[in-house]
Amino acid sequence: MSALTLHIEGIGWWSPELADWAALATRLRAGEAMPADAEHGAAARARPPAAVLPPNERRRAPEPVLLACEAAAQACAMANQDPATLPCVFSSVHGDLAITEDMCMTLARDPRELSPTRFHNSVHNAPAGYWTVATGCHAASSAVSAWQRSFAAGLFEAAAQACAEQTPVLYAAYDATVGGPLGAAVRSSPAFAVAFVLAPERTPRALATLHLRHVPGEPSAFAYGSDAALPLLAALARGGAGSLRLASGAASSLAIEVAA
Amino acid sequence: MPSRIPPLAITAYTATSALGQGRAAHADALIARRTGLRPNDFTEAPLACAIGRVAGLEDAAVPSAHAALDCRENRLAWLGLQADGFLDVARAAIARHGAARVALLVGTSTASIGATEAGYRDIARGATVLPGSPLLHTPHSLGLFLEAVFGTEGPCLTVATACSSSAKIFAQAERLIRLGIVDAAILAGVDTLCGSVLFGFNALELVSAQPCRPFDAARSGISIGEAAGFALLERGARADAPSLLGHGESSDAHHMSTPHPEGLGARRALSDALARAGLDARDIDYVNLHGTATRKNDEVEAALLGDLFPETTRASSTKGWTGHTLGAAGILESVLTLLALERGFVPGTLNTTDPEPACAAQLALDNEARAPQVALSNSFGFGGNNCSLVFARASGAHA
Repeated sequence: MSALTLHIEGIGWWSPELADWAALATRLRAGEAMPADAEHGAAARARPPAAVLPPNERRRAPEPVLLACEAAAQACAMANQDPATLPCVFSSVHGDLAITEDMCMTLARDPRELSPTRFHNSVHNAPAGYWTVATGCHAASSAVSAWQRSFAAGLFEAAAQACAEQTPVLYAAYDATVGGPLGAAVRSSPAFAVAFVLAPERTPRALATLHLRHVPGEPSAFAYGSDAALPLLAALARGGAGSLRLASGAASSLAIEVAA
Repeated sequence: MPSRIPPLAITAYTATSALGQGRAAHADALIARRTGLRPNDFTEAPLACAIGRVAGLEDAAVPSAHAALDCRENRLAWLGLQADGFLDVARAAIARHGAARVALLVGTSTASIGATEAGYRDIARGATVLPGSPLLHTPHSLGLFLEAVFGTEGPCLTVATACSSSAKIFAQAERLIRLGIVDAAILAGVDTLCGSVLFGFNALELVSAQPCRPFDAARSGISIGEAAGFALLERGARADAPSLLGHGESSDAHHMSTPHPEGLGARRALSDALARAGLDARDIDYVNLHGTATRKNDEVEAALLGDLFPETTRASSTKGWTGHTLGAAGILESVLTLLALERGFVPGTLNTTDPEPACAAQLALDNEARAPQVALSNSFGFGGNNCSLVFARASGAHA
């Protein structure tokens, strides 16, 4: 099956204790384990700065929007690419669980109390919407999901768009965390967001090259939350060559060759 | 401007909505101008509005092998797959191309949120955990169900961009086939009635108390419907099949739930779709408009239509028949557009008598007996997410 070749020009990262790609890469190069859930503590209450959003939007925006916009802005800045011109793909396992839970509780109590703002923020493409408004981006924007295979499946979709349209594409993957019955049912993980600018042509900005192939057969086991993205991020942090497989379908994987 | 793309054959397509199950039911209802809308009998709490409800879903469980994923959304998907033999045709295509060479692309905005809503009603009555599989509480639940049904091993992904969701999967499929990643793609768009969308759009004051009247000067909002649409796309054009000629996607960069006042994003989606098709606006015989019947959408889309298209281009909104089926609207209205091409007629705009002046010259109110060859379908969603698709009639079809 044909491979898609992409050049990473920028990487963004945000989690409650590691606020950018440099901090994460240092941790990954040192081979230190990521903080376990129990270690999150006070840091878990940190909010992504998301300075790309206007202040009033930043105050009102739900957490997934802040997460995705923070990582996306970091990746564009590192790539020195104008976000207004980049098609973008946002990927999330769950979307906004907190809003889903709040809306379901309101519907069970009194449906007529449903908040209009909550409702328009509940769409899976809320981060894509806020991002394109904030950056003045008129290019294509998408919001995708593929259960615990969302990171790999979304990466492949962004890569296909970059190769087919011969344009750099912004890819951001995120998930927020929530307690309550819904968080328990779907095994919600600690909040994180990761983003890449993927270019179809190699330029001096290229940090690494990826060869992506969608391969059938037994899938690799899927990972929860940011664990789905960390194998690729670890390979990028080490700066060397590597190959890995990420679960991307019920009976398929994404095979990734990383080259410097 | 994007470059021209090779056309793709649409070798099978079907829809199930309030109009019935399959292509004949939809064509017959369009031709007879028989609406599928009825007074809201879906919500427990009263809400005065018209809805496009699919009959019988309450008694139509999915096959027992997929019982963990049984919910209204997947029931509607399963019902829709039986229509026009789509399930068998798609399975034959998988056998022909190989499971790894077929993508399964899904568009939905509601997914199975109705099952999550029901779980929280249980919790309000004292339950402590959400009942059922966790797979019912994810935006990809429909994709997981269909992947299990078909056993495809190509890329499988849900696009959830509100009301453009199942239009965008046509663009995705075209890219994957052009890149040589797959040879065919099964496209599925399903959205089902649920409290979230009925009371959510009501909270935004966008739900009409009467059946929707798209582009009417006295329009008062949307009627919400549910639908399942499916299409099979394969490489290359065929004389006996309609084709996808072009697609365009864009963002308004304006507001989460209000369209750009000059329709900037919509214009870009439209011009990109025409460029990929290698066509000009005057080549388009029929436009199936997004036409939701909200004040704002129709005002912006009417101006766009009046500005860009000659009077020889006929246009209509079919939402007076089906309601706004949200995440399924893109594929449902693509199927209705393909039916107009296949049967050789232009559907009018049901319930509308006094059209917006900006598009009065192009808007068909009554059905028109003319055979469109090339047609366009618009889908616009929250977040300013736009998609336009261009389709052509089968070249070997008889008039």
